[in-house]
Amino acid sequence: MKKAFWLAGATILALAQPALAGDTIKIGFVSTFSGPTAVIGNDMRNSFELALDHLGRKMGGKPVEVIYEDDGQKPDVGKQKTEKLIQSDKVDFIAGYIWSNVLLASLKTAVDSKTFLISANAGPSQLAGDLCSPYVFSTSWQNDQTPQAVGTYMNQKGVKSVFLIGPNYAAGKDMLAGVKSTFKGQVVGEEYTVWPSQLDFSAELTKAKNSKAESIFVFYPGAAGVQFLNQYAQAGLKGQIPLYTAFTIDELSLPLQKENAIGVPGAQQWVNDLPFPENKKFVEDYRKKHPGLRPTFYGAQSYDAANLINSAVVAVKGDTSKKDEMKAEMEKANFKSVRGPFKYGNNHIPIQNFYLQDVVKDADGQLSLKTVATIVKDDQDRFHDKCPMKK
Amino acid sequence: MLVLIEQSLNGLQFGLLLFLLAAGLTLVFGIMDFVNLAHGSLYMMGAYFAATFVAWTNSFVLGILLALGATLLLGIALEFIALRHLYGRDHLDQVLATFGLILFFNDAVRLIWGPAGLSLPLPAWLTVPVQIVPGVFYPAYRLSIIAVALAVAALLYIVVMRTRIGMLIRAGASNREMIGALGINIKLLFTLVFGLGAALAGLAGLMQAPILTVQIGMGENILILAFVIIVIGGIGSIRGAFMAAIFVGMIDTLGRAFLPDLLRTVLSSAAASTAAPALSSMLIYLLMAIVLVVRPEGLFPAAKR
Repeated sequence: MKKAFWLAGATILALAQPALAGDTIKIGFVSTFSGPTAVIGNDMRNSFELALDHLGRKMGGKPVEVIYEDDGQKPDVGKQKTEKLIQSDKVDFIAGYIWSNVLLASLKTAVDSKTFLISANAGPSQLAGDLCSPYVFSTSWQNDQTPQAVGTYMNQKGVKSVFLIGPNYAAGKDMLAGVKSTFKGQVVGEEYTVWPSQLDFSAELTKAKNSKAESIFVFYPGAAGVQFLNQYAQAGLKGQIPLYTAFTIDELSLPLQKENAIGVPGAQQWVNDLPFPENKKFVEDYRKKHPGLRPTFYGAQSYDAANLINSAVVAVKGDTSKKDEMKAEMEKANFKSVRGPFKYGNNHIPIQNFYLQDVVKDADGQLSLKTVATIVKDDQDRFHDKCPMKK
Repeated sequence: MLVLIEQSLNGLQFGLLLFLLAAGLTLVFGIMDFVNLAHGSLYMMGAYFAATFVAWTNSFVLGILLALGATLLLGIALEFIALRHLYGRDHLDQVLATFGLILFFNDAVRLIWGPAGLSLPLPAWLTVPVQIVPGVFYPAYRLSIIAVALAVAALLYIVVMRTRIGMLIRAGASNREMIGALGINIKLLFTLVFGLGAALAGLAGLMQAPILTVQIGMGENILILAFVIIVIGGIGSIRGAFMAAIFVGMIDTLGRAFLPDLLRTVLSSAAASTAAPALSSMLIYLLMAIVLVVRPEGLFPAAKR
């Protein structure tokens, strides 16, 4: 018994021993793999793995090792996992991060240790502004950008007034601020809900209804978006007060939202039908590898993150100690993004297009998102002036 | 004024839904004195069963009845296989074992139904808003939740307080040996009570499913509220659970509805809209703390044993 114990201990220690630096490219990936939003984390992992497949699972001639860690959608857990990846696993890059509050909690650890951090989703305004760092890159957007595009679209449609509803955390505040920054009509009300524990939006919907607003803008990622659309329809508001969204309808939530999602316009920087060859390959191979599943914008951003990392590693021929060269290479955005046009601003946030997306039935008879129009071209986030890094 | 009516209905509906969950927990925790953290898992199973059976049978009512039966059976099976061995044990052992069950159920659901969750669409006759007083429309489905929960409350009260079987349950909870010595099959009785508690949790889950989504871990957040309700209402008291559930539902909803505007009179608009949701979710726990200080037994404690 005692012998078995020591043997087990020794095995664990041997397994935990970090691989000798230089043999492999080590990437830490922090996302949510448990709880209600685990489907998002799974999609990010699927897409990241697919990118590695496409790269032959090698970068700059060296094999790639990815360590996935679950943040459980909690900032404190995300921070611990980030510390673990950087301090004991000694990863060369750290990527992932769905949630703005998790990223903000983890940021300092990465920046202080000069480990490159690639946000594949979260885009809090602080990251684009005063907390920007030479070691932090984004393959997504700054939170405000997508709702800004929605606001612009609402102006085009001549909407006069809006009621805003969103969750009470970093991204929720950014999103609502984003709409307000471009929307020219009147904002008649603004409600924040407890995130992520509040599931019933009856009080907020009642207030929206009684506010006499001409439209409602809502931001609820993941399952909360399904719930919101359910309750919006049940309250009889569908057809009465039109809904506009950002990040509420995606390929993960759509199969649950079904007809509730039809006729609800949203904006996104990536839609599955974008006609670029890289994107076609990404979407087709994803659907081949995971039958019954569709990639989402979360996945597209993770796929881009892997390719961005690859571009940096290739540029230094696998010598990840050359941090300045890798930084310079990544700033060039020298890879083909699945979203098409992509370059970096001074704060390492992409300058990119935002598209109007709509829900349609596709060739298989399933609901799918479709690009309808380009709302804004080469959009740069509105916080880049606050970033001390200047070009 | 009309807004106040509508928001009160929202609060009442939320409270009654919480009551369904808390009622099952009251039977199991309050009366049988068994700490069942997996109560939320049964809530989740009720929702999953409902989504599955409604899709299979293509009938909302039939699917829901089947789901209710399935949760009852699951509860009975669970009690028979695992939980009955824990009655004599320490509360800590029960917490540990039932926490294990949460993990078990979450992974079982992931295995059977996949990680993405399900949706339970409502039939057309439940999706239309109903005019309750001139100018106030209220979702029909939420009204039906209110009706079902009130009926369950009445039924439960009659069964536990006014029937022979209810008397046996209460007697068995106070003194197992004595009621066993009187020739009552106490094991079977407790199995049935646990099954009933499970069915109530399942009912809460499946009633909630069309409003929320059916997903892994859906019972965990709401279970905390159910425990809070039991503490506020008084452990083991169905009446207490009922009153406390309505208190909690009202405080939560009305807090969310009116606190931002109240705060705006003293704070800046931005600060008020950020602080209000945090404050309104704190109110419930504040209420619990006050109740614990003033009346540690809860507001409506069960009669002294």
